[in-house]
Amino acid sequence: MRRLIVSGAIALAAFSAGAGAIALAAGTEVPLPKRHWHFQGPFGTYDRAAAQRGYQVYAEVCAACHSLSLVAYRNLMDLGLTENQVKGLIKDIVVPDLNDDGQPIERPARLSDRFRKPFPNQLAAAAANNGKAPPDLSVIVKAREGGADYMYALLTGYVPFDKLTPAVVKEFSVNKDDNFNTYFAGHKIAMAPPLADDKVTYVDGTKSTLSQQASDVSEFLAWASEPWMEDRKRTGVRVILFLLALAGLMYAVKRQVWADKH
Amino acid sequence: MASSHGTPPVFTNKIVAWIDYRLPIFSYIEKEYHTFPTPRNFNYFWNFGAIATVMLVLMIATGIVLAINYTPYVTMAFDSVERIDRDVPQGWLIRDLHMNGASFFFIAVYIHIFRGMYYGSYKAPRELLWILGVVIFLLMMATAFMGYVLPWGQMSFWGATVITSLFSAIPVVGDAVVTWLWGGFSVGNPTLNRFYALHYLLPFIIVAVVALHVVALHVHGSNNPTGIDPKGPQDTVPFHPYYTMKDGFGVVVFLIVFSGFVFFAPDYLGHPDNYIPADPLVTPAHIVPEWYFLPFYAILRAVPDKLGGVIAMFGAIAVLFILPWLDTSRVRSATFRPIYKWFMMVLVVDVVVLGLCGANPPAGFWIPLSQVATLYYFFHFLILLPILGKIERPLPLPPSIADSVLKKKAG
Repeated sequence: MRRLIVSGAIALAAFSAGAGAIALAAGTEVPLPKRHWHFQGPFGTYDRAAAQRGYQVYAEVCAACHSLSLVAYRNLMDLGLTENQVKGLIKDIVVPDLNDDGQPIERPARLSDRFRKPFPNQLAAAAANNGKAPPDLSVIVKAREGGADYMYALLTGYVPFDKLTPAVVKEFSVNKDDNFNTYFAGHKIAMAPPLADDKVTYVDGTKSTLSQQASDVSEFLAWASEPWMEDRKRTGVRVILFLLALAGLMYAVKRQVWADKH
Repeated sequence: MASSHGTPPVFTNKIVAWIDYRLPIFSYIEKEYHTFPTPRNFNYFWNFGAIATVMLVLMIATGIVLAINYTPYVTMAFDSVERIDRDVPQGWLIRDLHMNGASFFFIAVYIHIFRGMYYGSYKAPRELLWILGVVIFLLMMATAFMGYVLPWGQMSFWGATVITSLFSAIPVVGDAVVTWLWGGFSVGNPTLNRFYALHYLLPFIIVAVVALHVVALHVHGSNNPTGIDPKGPQDTVPFHPYYTMKDGFGVVVFLIVFSGFVFFAPDYLGHPDNYIPADPLVTPAHIVPEWYFLPFYAILRAVPDKLGGVIAMFGAIAVLFILPWLDTSRVRSATFRPIYKWFMMVLVVDVVVLGLCGANPPAGFWIPLSQVATLYYFFHFLILLPILGKIERPLPLPPSIADSVLKKKAG
């Protein structure tokens, strides 16, 4: 019987390997460099300082084109900011609304508002970006194979046209005006390189390199994709400890019940 | 109040006795779940019926809470699911339980089906019990497929498009059937609405068929690892507390593994593309169904002809309905079938290979591999099983269940 149970376990493992294979199949062509993230692992948490810097990168750079429509300003308090700090961050932001007469107006953003969208609608977003609307970033880290590793690789993976080998230019028929990205499927990406050294001046004084910005904004977007992650892991530890204890008790009682039948 | 085998129970509680005299639910529970004589030699494979039942209840309970917070409209469905995760108190937990619960329900049921095949549980007099089980499996597949459409991500939309389009392979009326399924000329809001309604309805039909499955089970009782019938009280134990306790332990262990996924890898079994809102104008590079459909998806794609593929895919489940008559061996348990035992393992490997084929793009060596694996699948059921029953020499069966238990202890 034991052998059978082992076979069952192998079959299960093979099934999950099968599920993993889906991930590989849809992956990008170039393997992503693996980075260490503070939120990795069963006890990992978001690096608050990095995520706050990442918000700054998003607000000053990405927000010009990319919406973050599922996140509300109040959610920023989860990143360790106080209510007053968040109010300070959004004091210059105005959002569209209707007044009591039904006329469109703009009013100062409130904590309960979702992040302001850069374009009034998808058509406007597409029209301003050569016909393709920039994707919303709310769940982008969960929507890409490789997650935050992919974000970082993409943001740092641009290669200028004059650095490309003639073979690559020929194979992917790259033009001078194209943006070539090592990690983007098909390599030609509509988005021009968004980040560069000193593109933002960090309020906390961190040296603003391309790598630092890419890493910080990836941390921020990972948080935006799943703000409840820490709650999930904490709950999981408690649930599993409880179930382990319960399983131990159940097994002891089961042995007791079966004592006269074995 | 409890009684031993056979004698009707006497209830000392007056209210219980009053009710039971008019509506014998307490007698029923007493008879079917307490004193019910159950073979004493189950191994842990026999836990998976109880585990599957627990998963079904969990899916319905979490599903109702999700339904309260979900919006079945094409422009709102995706965001409403995200809102459940972000803004509904503990909403993320309910959704993670539900989406991983589907996978673990299938894991439990696949092990349950394997157990039925390995120990010949489908043989006389349990053919209808088995067939009801296959009906449950089919209903689960339909329910899971429609549930995967509801978040209205890219895989939801394109999965729905691919699978519903299969019906266009039906000669003459195919296209009309597909339009009828969609409620329009493409997958759209009417499709989402009907899938939502059916996704809510089907689980309750599953509950009804499960009830029939259990009724059929309790007519002749459970099969057991030896495959021989109990010959007397020495071969059985009362269901409670022996198997309530053993099943309870198994359920908790299963829930530990389940919790590992729910809390530490909730998206591992899903596909990243389903976090991209559905876009009818952008086809994903590679459309794949959920992992539990991959073997059948591989069979579908293994046949170069569309209608042929659809027939093969449904045929892969249809053969399960006639399995009790395809297997000609009079011995139930693989324990006493030295050749069948190994072919059963080969079948498991074959299904896993089919799953891998389904997960990978139909190119290169995956195509011939999926074709060979598909042929083997049907070979196992349609050719091997009927012949093997005639030519295989089974090992001698133990005289009784008690005998086999005592001998194992001595050995």
